[in-house]
Amino acid sequence: MSEELLNLTLHVWRQDGPNASGRFETYQAKEITTHMSFLEMLDVVNEELIENGKLPIAFDHDCREGICGTCGMVINGVAHGPQKLTTTCQLHMRQFNNGDEIWLEPWRASGFPVLKDLVVDRTALDRIIQAGGYISIRTGSAPEANEMPIAKAIADHAMDAAECIGCGACVAACPNASASLFTAAKISHLSLLPQGQAERQDRARQMVAQMDAEGFGGCTNHGECEEACPKGVSLRWIARMNRELVRSMVKADTPIESRKR
Amino acid sequence: MELRSNEPTGPIENRWDKHKEANKLVAPANRRKYTVIVVGSGLAGGAAAASLGEMGYNVKCFCYQDSPRRAHSIAAQGGINAAKNYQNDGDSIYRLFYDTVKGGDFRSRESNVYRLAELSVQIIDQAVAQGVPFAREYGGLLGNRSFGGAQVSRTFYARGQTGQQLLLGAYQALSRQIEAGTVEMFSRTEMLDVIIHDGRARGIVTRCMKSGKVSPHIADMVVLCTGGYGNVFYLSTNAKGCNCTAVWRAHRHGAAFANPCYTQIHPTCIPQAGTYQSKLTLMSESLRNDGRVWVPRRKEDVTKRPEDIPEAERYYYLEERYPAFGNLVPRDVASRNALYVTNDGLGVGPEVDGERRGVYLDFGDAIGRLGEQTIRERYGNLFDMYERITGDSPYKTPMRIYPATHYTMGGLWVDYNLQTTIPGLFAGGEANFSDHGANRLGASALMQGLADGYFVLPFTVGNYLGEVRTLPPLTEDHADVIGAVEAVEERVQKLMNAPDPKHAPEYFHRKLGRIIWTKCGMSRNKEGLEEALREIPKLRDQFWREVKITGSGEELNQTLERAGRVADFFELGELMCLDALKREESCGGHFREEYEENGEALRDDERFSYVAAWEWTGNPGEPRLNQEPLTFEYVKPTKRSYK
Ligand SMILES: Cc1cc2nc3c(=O)[nH]c(=O)nc-3n(C[C@H](O)[C@H](O)[C@H](O)COP(=O)(O)OP(=O)(O)OC[C@H]3O[C@@H](n4cnc5c(N)ncnc54)[C@H](O)[C@@H]3O)c2cc1C
Ligand code: SF4
Ligand code: FES
Repeated sequence: MSEELLNLTLHVWRQDGPNASGRFETYQAKEITTHMSFLEMLDVVNEELIENGKLPIAFDHDCREGICGTCGMVINGVAHGPQKLTTTCQLHMRQFNNGDEIWLEPWRASGFPVLKDLVVDRTALDRIIQAGGYISIRTGSAPEANEMPIAKAIADHAMDAAECIGCGACVAACPNASASLFTAAKISHLSLLPQGQAERQDRARQMVAQMDAEGFGGCTNHGECEEACPKGVSLRWIARMNRELVRSMVKADTPIESRKR
Repeated sequence: MELRSNEPTGPIENRWDKHKEANKLVAPANRRKYTVIVVGSGLAGGAAAASLGEMGYNVKCFCYQDSPRRAHSIAAQGGINAAKNYQNDGDSIYRLFYDTVKGGDFRSRESNVYRLAELSVQIIDQAVAQGVPFAREYGGLLGNRSFGGAQVSRTFYARGQTGQQLLLGAYQALSRQIEAGTVEMFSRTEMLDVIIHDGRARGIVTRCMKSGKVSPHIADMVVLCTGGYGNVFYLSTNAKGCNCTAVWRAHRHGAAFANPCYTQIHPTCIPQAGTYQSKLTLMSESLRNDGRVWVPRRKEDVTKRPEDIPEAERYYYLEERYPAFGNLVPRDVASRNALYVTNDGLGVGPEVDGERRGVYLDFGDAIGRLGEQTIRERYGNLFDMYERITGDSPYKTPMRIYPATHYTMGGLWVDYNLQTTIPGLFAGGEANFSDHGANRLGASALMQGLADGYFVLPFTVGNYLGEVRTLPPLTEDHADVIGAVEAVEERVQKLMNAPDPKHAPEYFHRKLGRIIWTKCGMSRNKEGLEEALREIPKLRDQFWREVKITGSGEELNQTLERAGRVADFFELGELMCLDALKREESCGGHFREEYEENGEALRDDERFSYVAAWEWTGNPGEPRLNQEPLTFEYVKPTKRSYK
C-alpha cells in the first residue's frame, strides 16, 4: 500500500440554483494522497474554499460506503467514475494519476432537475415506487413466515434484483435518460416472489406509466445503464419488465390513465 | 423530575398483552382527526409512519436525506435476530430475553427487553410478507446463522445487506401510504426544534434544506426516530449526516437523556489512513471466525512487511490472553485489547498524528487450511471492499483493522410506552435508550427499530391520543409557535455570523471527536474525563467565535447544516463525559480503568444499578442527575467473564 501524492486540476459544474445557468469552474487539488476517497479529496478542496471565503462545491453523500445511493456525479463523462461496480463514495484516488484533469458534472436528465452544483432532485424515483413498488400487507396481519417455502434459487434471484440502491446512475448514463433499469429492478424483485403475485397485474403498468409521466425516456437497448450501475443490476430485468408489461396490458380490463407528477 | 417507567406488573410473559388490553383506543373514524409527526424514516421511523398512516392517522414524516430510503439503517450488514427457533437448537423468547439482559450487562429494563424478544417473531413474518428476500435453505425455508457469539442460530439475513432490505420493506410500505395520502413525506427537511405548548410536544420547527425556509409544523404529538449519536466521535461507522440535533433539542426542552456514556465500539473496522479521513468502514464481525488477530512482538518490527515477520515474533494477543475464546472474545474485549497493544507501541499501518493504530487480521492460516476458494466464498465481498478502500488484497497480505464507534446505547429516556419525559413526545429506535442496557448484542438494533416502529409505537401513540382525547387548538400565530420559529432563525443567524470566522465546521468537529475518542472512548479514567470536561467548553467557545460558513442561510447550504449539528455534538459530548465520570464502575461499553480486575470489567450493582437520566437545567455542563432504579426479577445479575 504505497502512498503517492497527486496534484490535480478539477473542472467542476457550478450552478447556484435550479433556475440559474451553470458553468464550469476550475480548481486545483494539491497534495492529494492516493489513499483518499474521491469525496475526501473534494472535502479537502471544500475546506480550503470555505477558509478562503468562497462557496464550497455542493454534492450529495451520506453513508460513504456504497449502500445508501445518495452520492453520484459524472466523473470525466462516466457516471460514478472510472472504476466498475463502484459508487462515487467508494472510488479512491489511486485510480487517478498525478497531473490528471478531472471533469465533474451532476447527473443530467430531465427527470432529475439540478438543485445546486452537483446535487440533483431524484424524488421522481420515489414517485415511481409510490406508484406500485410495494406489496400491500397491513402491519401485524402477516402469516407465519415459514408457511410459504420459496425455492432458494428464486429468493436469490429476487435478491439480485433487490440490490438496487436507487442512485440514478443508470438514468445519467442512458442516452435517453431512461429510468428503466431502476424500475425494472423493483418490478422484477416483487414479481419473482410468490408474495408479489396478488398485485402483479397492475404493478408494471402503473410503475411504467409513472416513469413516463416523470419525463424519463424509453429504453432502446443501449446497455449503458448496466455498465454504469454500481451494484451490477442486470439488463435482463428490463426484458422481464417488458414481459410483465405486456402481460398486464393483455390481461387488464381497465386502461390506466397517464399519471400526473 | 419524576421517572415513571409505567411498566405493567405480573408474570413477564403476559405484561405486553395486559398492557395492550388496558390501552385506550381511538376509533378508526376519528384517527384522521389527529396529526402525528414522525421525524426519521429509518427502520423505526419508516415502520412507525407507515403503520400509523395505514391505521388512518394523519402522518407527517421527515428526513434529512433526499429520499426516505436512504436512512442509515440501510448500512446494516449482518442480520436481525428473532426467537423463531427454526433451527431447533433450543431457542425461545425467554432465551433471547435472557441473552439480551445479560449481554446488556444488567443495565436495561426487564419488561422492555421481554417485549422486544416477544415481538421479534412477528417482525420476520411482516418482513417476509413485504417481500424481503431473506436467505433461504435449499428446502425453501428461511436460513439462519449464529452471530456475535450467540449459542443459537437466530439471525436472519439477506446477503450482507440485511439493513438495506429491511429498510426497503419499510420504505415500500411507507411509499404505499404516501400514495394513499395518509402520510405526507418531507425529504431534505431537517428538524431543528420541538414546539412545546401547555407542557406537551405539539409540533416541530424545520428548515427546508433546499430553500433554507424555516417553518413550523403543528401536530397532536411528535415521535422522534432520528437514530444514534455516534458521530460525536467525528470518525465512526455512521453515515456522515447522522446527528443528535433532534434528540438534543428535545433534551433542552426537558426530555431526560439516559446513559449517554454507553457507546459501542466495534472491533473490526478499517483503520484511519490519514488526518483527512471522513468516516470509518465496518468489516463484518464474521471475519474473526477465520482470521487471527496479531501484532509484532517487538516495536522494531511494526514498520516491517507482515510477511517478513516470522511466526515466533508475532503476538497473537487475543489467543494468548483468552485461550478459551481466542479471536472470538466479545466486541468490547477485542476492542480494548487492540487499544492496549497499540498503546504499547505495537500498532501497525500508517502513522496518523504520530500514532500507528492498527492490528493485523490474518487469513493466511485459514487460506492454507481451507483453500482460497472457500475463503473467497465466505468473505469475497468483504475482501473486495477492503481492497477498494486500502489498495491491499487480504488474500495476499493480512488485513489491518482497528476499533471504531458503531452504535450508541444511550438516548432519550423513555417509559414502557416509549414516551419521553415530555408528554406527547415519543422516541423509537436508536434514538431512545430502551432495550440494550450498557451493551448491544449483534443483530439486535434492527430488531429493536422494527419492534418499536411496527408494533410498539402504533399502540402507544393510540393510547396517548385516546387518553388526551382533544388537545387545545394551536395555530401558527400562537406565541409558542412564533417563539420556536424565531429561536431557530436566530440560531441560524448566529452560526452564519460568528464574530471572528476562521474555520469550517469540520475543523472543530475533528477536534471534538479526538477529545471524545481518546478520553471517553474504549477505555476511560477520571483524570482523562476531567480533562475532557475542561477542554470541551473551551473548544465550544472557540467554535461559536470562529466557525466560518460561506453563502447564506436562505439556500441549499451544506456547511450551515453541518455547523448546526456540530454545535449540538459539543453539548452532548460534554454530557457523555459527565455521565462517564459519574459512573464509577465498568459495565458493557463503559470501561473505567479504575474499576477492573485482571483486565475484566468490575460492575458495581450496589451503587450503579440504575438508569442515569440527565435533566437539562439551562446551561451545558450543569445537568441534574435523576435515577431510575433497575430491578431484576427474572435474570439474576452475574459477572461477565471470558477468561
Ligand atoms: C455500519 C453499520 C452496520 C450495522 N449492522 C447492524 C446489523 O447487522 N444488525 C443490527 O441489528 N444492527 C446493525 N447496526 C445498527 C443499526 O443499523 C441501527 O442502530 C439502526 O438501523 C438504527 O435505526 P433507526 O431507525 O433508529 O435510525 P436511522 O436508520 O439512523 O434513521 C434515522 C432517521 O432520522 C432522520 N433524521 C435524523 N436527524 C434528523 C433531523 N434533525 N431532522 C430530520 N430527520 C432527521 C434521518 O434522515 C433518518 O431518516 C449497524 C449500524 C452500522 C452503522
Ligand atoms: S439500477 Fe443500478 S444505477 Fe440504477 S439506480 Fe439502481 S443501483 Fe443505481
Ligand atoms: S454515499 Fe452512500 S452510496 Fe455513496
